Amino acid sequence: MTHLPYILAAYGIAVVVSAGFSVDAWRRMGRARRRLAAIDPRGRR
Amino acid sequence: MDTNAIYTPPSPRGRNLHRFGNPGRFLRVSGKVLPWLTAVGVSLTLIGLGWGLFYAPADWQQGDAVRIIYIHVPAAWLASAGYMGLAVCSAISLVWRHPLADLTAAEIGPVGAGATFICLTTGSIWGKPMWGAWWVWDARLTSVLVLFFLYLGHIALIRAFDSPERGARAGAILALVGVVNLPIIKFSVEWWNTLHQPATITFTGSPTMYIGMLWPLLFSALGMSFGFAAIVVARTRAGVMERRIRGLLLARAQQEAGARLDVLA
Repeated sequence: MTHLPYILAAYGIAVVVSAGFSVDAWRRMGRARRRLAAIDPRGRR
Repeated sequence: MDTNAIYTPPSPRGRNLHRFGNPGRFLRVSGKVLPWLTAVGVSLTLIGLGWGLFYAPADWQQGDAVRIIYIHVPAAWLASAGYMGLAVCSAISLVWRHPLADLTAAEIGPVGAGATFICLTTGSIWGKPMWGAWWVWDARLTSVLVLFFLYLGHIALIRAFDSPERGARAGAILALVGVVNLPIIKFSVEWWNTLHQPATITFTGSPTMYIGMLWPLLFSALGMSFGFAAIVVARTRAGVMERRIRGLLLARAQQEAGARLDVLA
């Protein structure tokens, strides 16, 4: 495969950025759900 | 307050918007939709990228470097589409004071900036072996860089006020003004002589791309769009819950302060 380092770098950046946003969103959601459940039991979704 | 003022009910369209903007309903509906959105997004993206990386043909001029297209082009589409979504939410927030619109706009901003960052960096990585330069001040590249700065400006502006409502309103105005950049990005390759190639896929004409490359690109674009939507929905869900937590804590603090004053009295 020609230009392999460029291809790997491009795909790597895309994977790292997307995974970062996904993990952050899911962790934030989980944290908010737990806090809401602790404060207000009706907040369980 | 004028007690004789006649109450005018919101228009049916406004009522519908508020019905869908109910935070409780949003949490219920999004909780059901989110796993499907994520699963479809991840599956289509993996199919598209796997197909593009291992089975699609190399370009006769660019060689395998063309495989960067399966990341770069969907990211570019999402950068513009995300900004359009941000502007629509901002308009809804300004006009109808929709309870979820400003929250959604605030959550689209960082994700859109991420898509623009991927677009710019993958474009730069693709440009080095093809153009011989990491960056050129070309009309397309520069207008996308301006889009990135608009996203960053929006992110900073909505957090720059003590009152979240004022921040959301200032951010909404910036988002609407920035929409002018979208047609500039789209038509930059036609209005100016640029190094960047013109559009290969248009709404009106047939694509000028080999079908064996077009399909993985479409799969990848669709998958990344679902993924983008899933991340925005997940962040908005978190935002709705965080807003509720703040409200509950504030109400509790006010209650405790009131009780303390009663004891002192």
